[in-house]
Amino acid sequence: MPSYDLATGSLRELNQALHDLRGQSNMTDWEILNPRGAHAIAAGVDAPVDIAVLGSTGYYCAGMNKQATIRIKGSAGPGVAENMMSGTVIVEGDASQYAGATGRGGLLVIKGNASSRCGISMKGIDIVVHGNIGHMSAFMAQSGNLVVLGDAGEALGDSLYEARIFVRGKVKSLGADCIEKEMRDEHYALLEDLLRRGEAEHKARPEEFRRYGSARRLYNFNIDNASAY
Amino acid sequence: MCGIVGLFLKDRTLEPQLGALLSDMLITMTDRGPDSAGIAIYGGAKDGLGKITVQSAQPQSDFRNLDADLRAAIGQPVAMLVKSTHAVLEVPLGQMEAARSALAQLRPGVKVMSVGDAIEIFKEVGLPRDVAARFELSKMKGTHGIGHTRMATESAVTTLGAHPFSTGPDQCLVHNGSLSNHNNVRRDLIHAGLRFETENDTEVAAAFLAHRLRRGESLGQALEATLEELDGFYTFVVGTRNGFGVVRDPIACKPAVMAETDAYVAFGSEYRALVGLPGIESARIWEPEPATVYFWEH
Repeated sequence: MPSYDLATGSLRELNQALHDLRGQSNMTDWEILNPRGAHAIAAGVDAPVDIAVLGSTGYYCAGMNKQATIRIKGSAGPGVAENMMSGTVIVEGDASQYAGATGRGGLLVIKGNASSRCGISMKGIDIVVHGNIGHMSAFMAQSGNLVVLGDAGEALGDSLYEARIFVRGKVKSLGADCIEKEMRDEHYALLEDLLRRGEAEHKARPEEFRRYGSARRLYNFNIDNASAY
Repeated sequence: MCGIVGLFLKDRTLEPQLGALLSDMLITMTDRGPDSAGIAIYGGAKDGLGKITVQSAQPQSDFRNLDADLRAAIGQPVAMLVKSTHAVLEVPLGQMEAARSALAQLRPGVKVMSVGDAIEIFKEVGLPRDVAARFELSKMKGTHGIGHTRMATESAVTTLGAHPFSTGPDQCLVHNGSLSNHNNVRRDLIHAGLRFETENDTEVAAAFLAHRLRRGESLGQALEATLEELDGFYTFVVGTRNGFGVVRDPIACKPAVMAETDAYVAFGSEYRALVGLPGIESARIWEPEPATVYFWEH
């Protein structure tokens, strides 16, 4: 197993080594020691490898991830898994603001709490948060699923497009054009799968969640509002 | 950007290391603010004595015989410790106002950085590492301190535009962010009789707090009022005689991380700033909530 110590090696060298894995298949299990809050650890990986980060990370860890499974054994700074394309990112601790922002695919799991703007502008990523999420989460979220086992902060799903939001706890307030919607069989099935993949199947059951989505009044052109444009 | 660090010691045996711990935290925040740096450190209060920390662009001429000149003016002993462009004057508590008036007469070019029992403020332009070395921050002892690394956005890179800003006796303010209504607030405060040295937005926030405190509000009330009256982005950390306080604007896009152990409470703009602290691996780490005023005090 390749082990890389950021106390002695440079971040740039580590990320270059991880980028060079593209198209290779013989070094599939990586361990990164002493992250000490450094920025952009394992950003831009494009290979089906497992990477464990032993400690807490700074900005943009696992950003733009493709294919890799990246497990942060600590907490993550702002923008973890930002713009992820595919693969899985697991944060064992808490995540700072805009976790999973603009993500286009893959799965982000946060076992602690996520701060403000979790899943802002998400475009297909699935996010499972075991704890709570902060204010303005899923702002302008376009597609994908945000699952929250705890509570949500103010203005959840403001200006939402077609992402689905599932919250088990309390929602402090809904943002503009975000409404509660009925849970149908397809949503229970979807949640069951996401809870299992999000390592949360023993913590919550699908029927405990409420679903929130777009009322579709804001992003559709309304002729009565023509004078406002 | 800008970086903020703060360290409040619960374990008194760490007090000799305060300056060293805080300097390392400050230097780690260099990439958030390479333009200037500053620190407010609290310690060394002596019975019956107060401290006035002053700064001069011509320290050699301004600080020459300043202690003797002040002693002659106020008729009381004055001790002076010069550190580069700054000097700490120790004055009997009853003579603080007289000393400040005399100082303005004797050395018009000298600026007062801080006044109080325990506070000393040092700040300069340049890389945080160089600023820390210039004032020998790593040798300083104390109970708590806050530091700031500046990436200027709203006004020029000058010594007086660096943080911390004094808001009153033993109080100071540092800021990460930018205020959008500072010109209006400055105008109102000028009408109310306050004076400004710079075009800086944080100086306006500091003056706003000082004004509210002078009107009889508590620091907590004054910080609550910033949420109503100041528009823009901010994480504020305020230093007080006994600790420090934190408030973030309701949007809270300017980062803030706190760590607490039995030995200390620490603040950093990023977790990176905290990783050198003893016992950080087992510290409780969290982010302060938006629009919420926090205090940690002895």
